[in-house]
Amino acid sequence: MRTELAVVPTARTSSANRAPERRGVRGRTTLTILGALTAAVVAVFLFTDLTGNTAFILERRLTTVATMVVVATAIAICTVLFHAITGNQILTPSVMGFDSLFVLLQTVAAITIGVRWMTATGPVLGFAIETAVMLVVTLPAARWLLLGGRRSIEVVVLIGVVAGGLFRSVGMFLQRIMDPTQFIVLQDRFFARFTGTEPALIATGAVVVALGVVWVVRHHAALDVMALGVPVATTLGVDHRRLSTAALTVVIVLVSTSTALVGPTTFLGLLVAHLAYRAAGTHRHAVTVPAATLVAVITLVGGQLVLERVLGFSGSLSIVVEFAGGLVFLLLFLRRGAR
Amino acid sequence: MISVQHVTTSYGRTVVVDDVSLTIADGGVTALVGPNGAGKSTLLKVIARLLQADAGVVTVADLDVARTAPEVLARRLAVLAQDTQVPVRLTVRDLVTFGRFPHTRGRPTAEDHALVEEAMAHLDITDLADRYLDEISGGQRQRAFIAMVFAQDTDHLLLDEPLNNLDMRHGAQLMQIVRDAADRRGTSIVLVVHDINAASVFADHIIALKDGRVVTQGPPQEVMVEDVLESVFDVPVRVVEVDGYRHAIHLSGRLARPRTG
Amino acid sequence: MSVSAPARTPATTGRAPRRAWLIVAIVGLVLLTAASVMVGVADQDWQILTTSRLPRTAAVMLAGASLAVAGLIMQLLTRNPFVEPATAGTMEFAGLGLVLVMLTLPGAPIWLRMLAGTAAALAGSAVFLRLISRLSRGDILGVPLVGLVLGGVVGAASTFLAYRNDLVQSLNAWLTGDFSAVISGRYELLWLSGVATVVAVVVADRFTIASLGHEVATNLGLDHRRAMALGMTIVSVISASTVVTVGMLPFIGLVVPNLVTRIVGGHARRALPWVLVLGAGATLLCDLVARTLRYPYELPIGLVVGVAGGLVFLVMLLRGFDRAH
Repeated sequence: MRTELAVVPTARTSSANRAPERRGVRGRTTLTILGALTAAVVAVFLFTDLTGNTAFILERRLTTVATMVVVATAIAICTVLFHAITGNQILTPSVMGFDSLFVLLQTVAAITIGVRWMTATGPVLGFAIETAVMLVVTLPAARWLLLGGRRSIEVVVLIGVVAGGLFRSVGMFLQRIMDPTQFIVLQDRFFARFTGTEPALIATGAVVVALGVVWVVRHHAALDVMALGVPVATTLGVDHRRLSTAALTVVIVLVSTSTALVGPTTFLGLLVAHLAYRAAGTHRHAVTVPAATLVAVITLVGGQLVLERVLGFSGSLSIVVEFAGGLVFLLLFLRRGAR
Repeated sequence: MISVQHVTTSYGRTVVVDDVSLTIADGGVTALVGPNGAGKSTLLKVIARLLQADAGVVTVADLDVARTAPEVLARRLAVLAQDTQVPVRLTVRDLVTFGRFPHTRGRPTAEDHALVEEAMAHLDITDLADRYLDEISGGQRQRAFIAMVFAQDTDHLLLDEPLNNLDMRHGAQLMQIVRDAADRRGTSIVLVVHDINAASVFADHIIALKDGRVVTQGPPQEVMVEDVLESVFDVPVRVVEVDGYRHAIHLSGRLARPRTG
Repeated sequence: MSVSAPARTPATTGRAPRRAWLIVAIVGLVLLTAASVMVGVADQDWQILTTSRLPRTAAVMLAGASLAVAGLIMQLLTRNPFVEPATAGTMEFAGLGLVLVMLTLPGAPIWLRMLAGTAAALAGSAVFLRLISRLSRGDILGVPLVGLVLGGVVGAASTFLAYRNDLVQSLNAWLTGDFSAVISGRYELLWLSGVATVVAVVVADRFTIASLGHEVATNLGLDHRRAMALGMTIVSVISASTVVTVGMLPFIGLVVPNLVTRIVGGHARRALPWVLVLGAGATLLCDLVARTLRYPYELPIGLVVGVAGGLVFLVMLLRGFDRAH
């Protein structure tokens, strides 16, 4: 028996050695195709049907595309990171009610600080304050809920879904008892809207998201290991707790950014992350994060293009994304159950 | 060398490891044995820095496991936890390649890939290299994980109940591989086992724990004694010798039915 | 993860003290009813009383009691403590049915809308049961999760249709429960829900037996499929009539039966009096809060129920978890 198990000559080494390279090629091909597709969709969105006041229309469309790119990147990064942190691909920050909480904080801020002061100081300061509060509130809670112990995934998701509903109810409750003039200012924030975002806020969001991208680029290899779970990550020398706390911080800031820009989007992240995993065929964050980002841009810009110009439905993109994303969630969950 | 000094660990109010001090010399296979709840897995987890001790210091190769940077320690110490479930859908080769992460920080060279292939060949799973972990059997998955920690190429290796989920043949194969790693590579291996006879046959040194304390330790012929084992496991035991190794039997006919036997 | 299923909690208290407590609860309900009738902006007079106050109190009690019963039936039939019309997509399906009938037949009479809502709720129940049959048996929390997301998807479909056809306002009226528009002549459909509740009380034993599982039910000579169909029809009628008249009221059907089964156990016949009394009482209480918090203005009761019920449910989830470990 001892001989049978002794070091066997590595007969398959030559053919096997090629496999990692082949896989790297697949990732690159996927990203190239997605990149080309993204460029095409954005170009069609920007430059077709340009009649009338071209400069004005182009500017408006550029604002929309900029918003969508920033939001797409934010949502893609925070969803993929969240999957790595929790070791589960059903959870997303939105499913866990993070963006509902942010909207609630916006409502509370409007009531306590006052809408007048917020409009006077501009949206950027308000965003900074709200994000800081969001971080203080959510980070300990999320660490307790997600990293605290052996909670079953269903408990965590159900708590998240119910908490999200609760945050929405409390938010609506507060709006009902607040001043009607203040209410009008907030009203827009409760549905995701991808047009008409404030340019200063888009720029701020772009900077924040760029910082997030830099963080992911610097840590992508360690994130690959973190996704293997606490025991394996620890033996491979990755401090799971520290890295996941840092990643959670990035997630919370990016959720705040995307929600501040366009409002809550419950299932968009889930939809694009899973489309990206399918397309990329790998777990490596160096591929999945950019792939999810590109898929998100294609979904948002392409979806807006189809709804607005082909079907003539403007403003309903978030509802359609919600519908499709919810279906994806059901499909994933039930397939997992059947297995 | 692994040194454990005055380590105490508790879950809530239950003290699981109670002021344990011991040293494990370099080289060879050391087995931690004891009844359920003796604290052997917990002690292993503390050594592996998977669990933080309430008090006490653990050093591996003179590195304090609680204070050393994780990536430094990961080049000296590998651990295979009991639970071999990975939340990500990976192929066997992906997993084994991660064993090189502490050395490469995610940029494996041709040399690293060669080490990965060698580790898979050593565990006889080269045929499974491109299969996904959720498509192979529990025993095959266990071997994939062992290939990963072999590829990690550390001088210390901790295994938490590696015989779980393995049938007789695969269990014996695994112990053989462990023995081989200690003999040929000089790796110091510490493992938790339930099967005291596996410890007797394959280990150089046995440490018996009970109620969170070290009851006795020594080479197998000193620990594999009826009185000692009965005091550790609280069950009547007979020790017999087969092919020069001692085996404990606790389900013998004489013990079960003393009158008719 | 083992959260206690309703049918498993043993009755801890004796029969006599339980009856005494039930009487206390009924007295409490009577007091709440009186308070509900008394509170209001306008002066008390006979006409206000008969056209507004009494109908409103009746509507609140009918909706609360019947939703609580619907929750209990669903929990027994799905053998899952977290299922109710609002966590199974039933209410959202009823809403979708209403949107569809308003799109195709804009002037449809209320009975036709009711019929469409009930039919859609029934279809929704069938979809839900089919989906959860694919989950593994021990997956207690996956079931409401599927229901909640299913509800979200159906809700998004309704919102899309409503958005395209300027029906958002009607849709919002169904989304958030509100009793402020209840006057005599505009709530009577809720009596249908009351009738369904009475039917449920009469056939309660079948649901208890069905909760023991297909095998046991068959062994005891019960047609499991028919019990299932009957139960889901009752639930659908209750959901649809509530959504049509006052809008969605989440959590009542979840929190009330769970509290009751924790105290008296899951035997439907023993639990039902409690479920009826506490369902009506809790809803009356929420309605009073909604009417008095910003007096003389009113909040929609759906919000009060959403906040209070959400909190109680979260506590139940966390406690259930801690007990399991």
